[in-house]
Amino acid sequence: MDDLLTYDAVLARFDPVLGLEVHVELNTASKMFCGCDNTPGGEPNTTTCPVCLGLPGSLPVVNAHAVESAIRIGLALNCQVAPWCRFARKNYFYPDMTKDFQTSQYDEPICFDGWVDVEVEGETFRIEIERVHMEEDAGKLSHVGGGTGRIVGAEYSLVDYNRAGTPLMEIVTRPVRGLGAKAPAVGRAYMAMLRDLMRALGVSDARMEAGNMRCDANVSLMPTGTAELGTRTETKNVNSLRSVEAALTYEMRRQGAILAEGGRVVQETRHWHEDGEYTSPGRNKEQAEDYRYFPEPDLVPIAPDPAWVEELRASLPELPARRRARLQEAWGFSDLEMRDVLGNEGSLDLIEATVAAGAPPAAARKWWLGELARRANEAGVELGAVGVTPEQVAQVQGLVDAGTVNDKLARSVFDGVLAGEGSPEEVVASRGLAVVSDDGALGEAVDAAIAANPDVADKIRAGKVQAAGALIGAVMKQMKGKADAARVRELLLERLS
Amino acid sequence: MSAAILTATASDLGRRIAARELTSVEVTRVFLGQIKRVDADVHAFLHVDAEGALAQAAAVDARLDAGEELGPLAGVPLALKDLFCQEGVPTTAGSQILAGWRPPYSATVTQRLLDAGIVILGKTNLDEFAMGSSTENSAFGATHNPWDLDRIPGGSGGGSSAALAAFEAPLAIGTDTGGSIRQPASVTGTVGVKPTYGGTSRYGVIAMASSLDQPGPCARTVLDAALLHAVIAGHDPMDSTSIDAPVPPVVDAARSGDVRGLRVGVVRELSGEGYAPGVEQRFGEAVALLAQAGAEIVEVSCPHFGYALGAYYLIMPSEVSSNLARYDAMRYGLRAGDDGTRSAEEVMNLTRGEGFGDEVKRRVIIGTYALSSGYYDAYYGSAQKVRRLIASDFDAAFEQVDVLVSPSTPTTAFRLGERTADPLAMYASDLCTIPSNMAGNASGSFPCGLAPEDGLPVGFQVMAPPLADDRVYRVGAALERALGGGVLTDRIAERWTAGAAPDGSAPDDTARDRAEEA
Amino acid sequence: MALTTADVARLAELARIALTPEELERLAPQLDVILDAVASVSEVATADTEPMSHALPLTNVFRDDVVTPSLPAAAVLAGAPSVEDGRFRVPRILGEGA
Repeated sequence: MDDLLTYDAVLARFDPVLGLEVHVELNTASKMFCGCDNTPGGEPNTTTCPVCLGLPGSLPVVNAHAVESAIRIGLALNCQVAPWCRFARKNYFYPDMTKDFQTSQYDEPICFDGWVDVEVEGETFRIEIERVHMEEDAGKLSHVGGGTGRIVGAEYSLVDYNRAGTPLMEIVTRPVRGLGAKAPAVGRAYMAMLRDLMRALGVSDARMEAGNMRCDANVSLMPTGTAELGTRTETKNVNSLRSVEAALTYEMRRQGAILAEGGRVVQETRHWHEDGEYTSPGRNKEQAEDYRYFPEPDLVPIAPDPAWVEELRASLPELPARRRARLQEAWGFSDLEMRDVLGNEGSLDLIEATVAAGAPPAAARKWWLGELARRANEAGVELGAVGVTPEQVAQVQGLVDAGTVNDKLARSVFDGVLAGEGSPEEVVASRGLAVVSDDGALGEAVDAAIAANPDVADKIRAGKVQAAGALIGAVMKQMKGKADAARVRELLLERLS
Repeated sequence: MSAAILTATASDLGRRIAARELTSVEVTRVFLGQIKRVDADVHAFLHVDAEGALAQAAAVDARLDAGEELGPLAGVPLALKDLFCQEGVPTTAGSQILAGWRPPYSATVTQRLLDAGIVILGKTNLDEFAMGSSTENSAFGATHNPWDLDRIPGGSGGGSSAALAAFEAPLAIGTDTGGSIRQPASVTGTVGVKPTYGGTSRYGVIAMASSLDQPGPCARTVLDAALLHAVIAGHDPMDSTSIDAPVPPVVDAARSGDVRGLRVGVVRELSGEGYAPGVEQRFGEAVALLAQAGAEIVEVSCPHFGYALGAYYLIMPSEVSSNLARYDAMRYGLRAGDDGTRSAEEVMNLTRGEGFGDEVKRRVIIGTYALSSGYYDAYYGSAQKVRRLIASDFDAAFEQVDVLVSPSTPTTAFRLGERTADPLAMYASDLCTIPSNMAGNASGSFPCGLAPEDGLPVGFQVMAPPLADDRVYRVGAALERALGGGVLTDRIAERWTAGAAPDGSAPDDTARDRAEEA
Repeated sequence: MALTTADVARLAELARIALTPEELERLAPQLDVILDAVASVSEVATADTEPMSHALPLTNVFRDDVVTPSLPAAAVLAGAPSVEDGRFRVPRILGEGA
């Protein structure tokens, strides 16, 4: 096991520098260079053709939609769009690559020099984007024998090339400095921002757990007060937002321990182990890989028409950061309230839909972040999958506002909706959940409560109005919670004044 | 009857088949018979697809009998270089690493041939992955020149050129990366044209060097080559480098042959030291004939052509090193040394060590070197700049003249084995042809007589600007006419067709298939 | 000699070609001669010359994002040296890819 410095000790002596390389699989209908179905999965080797299998004689043709998506991603990240660029071949041998070179871009990316802001605990950090480039994904390997299903110790491997040729965008940041203790959180926030951005653009499902979005997390430490970059490591296999933060934290602590002992960090690729929460070195290559990049002769250069680029820029959807600002203002949420919303996966969309269905924003927030978040958590599902729609939440709130139910009864209404008993109104009717505000029934209960608690009644008569709570509680208990508490109070005070 | 069919032009055969004077099956049988009779000596074919060819021929006959109008070459047999994928038919690229591979798809050119009713007799021999100038680099044995069986038929498309010269087929298809159509045409006294880069589709053609490779037609006459050119050319959306423009009027040009007023530039740099006297003599006579036919002759200088060979032998191997990486024993073709204990990496190494011949290894290693970090700028980068300079030489020349001409190759056919130990001597065969590949323009080789010293064919090269392929045919046709006395290969027709069965004997069922046996 | 036997061995490794010692001895001097012959390109390649990667000045060749039929799985695997469960079976792999 690696020696680790405490996080505070790392920060006392070093400044972390981040660099994130993110791969995003596009959700185009067909693959990057051929017409094969780009839908993930399927029986092995059934969405393959001469082109994506790299058969002798086959040639690539660029998917126009993938180029458009690349430019839109670049524009959303405030990048320049190259007036002219080429694909390049990245040459290396590996069984998951059908041509033993990857068709990618090298020194002429389609988009470059961008930036994006991310927010962590109310503080804004600017991340500079070095490049966005287009490439293709490789096939999927599964390793047989050796017991672990891992590559090490396997007897042989099986290859499914369905994924080969899936359009892949690589988004690379410049080194990000000055993050201090928040470096891992900024890494995570950046990934969350990219995910939301991809979804807003509609270019990718961007599900990290499904491998739609993958992160190679680079981090190095430089001694505080110096300007010299330290040796970095690149951690792969980071498959969730939480892992981005955890892996960066781990690497900072591991490198910190090495440097604190006067050692040298080895520049290498490391693998994140989700289960044990640690990194381990990848295969140590005896020499740096020489990819022998050169311009792809089978594809012609791309020179996006400036008018087309402007058209794409003008038609970009509202981007996540701007949308959040707009909604926060429209809803009148405080920064703290908004942070809670953003911290709850999926709640922004749900609240927006609930408000659109007629509920006041504060009420929508209260239900989704309170009662419904609790239920989702208990059920171990995402908030959006809790089983209640934004429309139903708005209907329940409508019942509350109309005085038909109180908050407590509303929870029972949700129970009914979740149990499949119909709409909130139907549940109220079938479970008899409406509050009783009829003076006849309430009056009887109030009289009974006064008779059963003469000493409390005396206190109220003597002017101790705050004692009324005990009698209201008694009435509510008798009415099984279905009483209109405000009316009960009025009736009590009328009788005892 | 049979000999007459063997020596007939493709256009004549096509006309007679269309007129139902002949059936395609009958013609196909004659050529299959000829292959069976002579190919043991020539070794033009790696695989003869007798069954498939006869089925295609029968289908064409049925369509013609039904009154369907097909193209001018419908029913005419053809020899296909074994670099073109043909679905279900063995395709080896002349390499052990692909021995026995049957592609699950057809090249665009293959499909266009079939769609035009052309009958594919089989796959012809070539230098391994089209790397060579003699076919001696074929993993399945060399092809012999029908003019002199001790000599090379040119390369890489020596199988296709030899098949034409030995009357085993009236039409053939080649590919030209640095001269692989034109140099074989030159040394066998046949016609071969490298279309403008992008004029014919590379889809399904096993790649050597992507930015240079170009499929093209091979025939014994200029008109036959033009007719075949028209069949295979034209835009293909499966090839990103395919030109989306009308095919130049090559057939009209071949029929016309009118060069009056055409400005013909003789390239000064493509002559002199290293050029055989007989080659220079016949070339000079041909230029004079064009002048007599009304062309205006000027001398033109292309100062960077001297660097073309060097640039070519950096750019081509660089692309080769990448294009041939896929032969890694994982998905198709040879897998060597997989004993259950070796790693994928070791199996790749062993397979490629065993499956590739020397010339392929040389080029892959040179290309790996030229692209490696630290050497890229000096080698690959410089070569790309020289490529630009060569293209600029052409641009400047074509401002003065309509076509450029030179010998197709500095010598006549050399002897088998003569240059195998000396790669540089072998590479020199392509001195004249490489510049057109570098610039991507149109270029063809046409017979211009026999060298007095050895009685072997000499080729005349015509180069025209991109998309002016018709000019190549116009000059070729003019030369063919001016030389009189019909086609050059007619001089060996008697030797190769004497003894052909009068009815064109049917081949037996065991067609030669060296690639499969190997 | 610009290209040594050791250089050739290293390049062959990078190119994944196993060479026997005899091959190495035969090929290395040939490669050295070839490289020597082609080195002349750097004489004329000046800084202001634009490198030429493609024969023709085409740009923006795209296809529409439309799904076309894939090959039948049987055809995909027909030429494979080894197959298991509809997948290509390959020897054990030493390490991670790029």
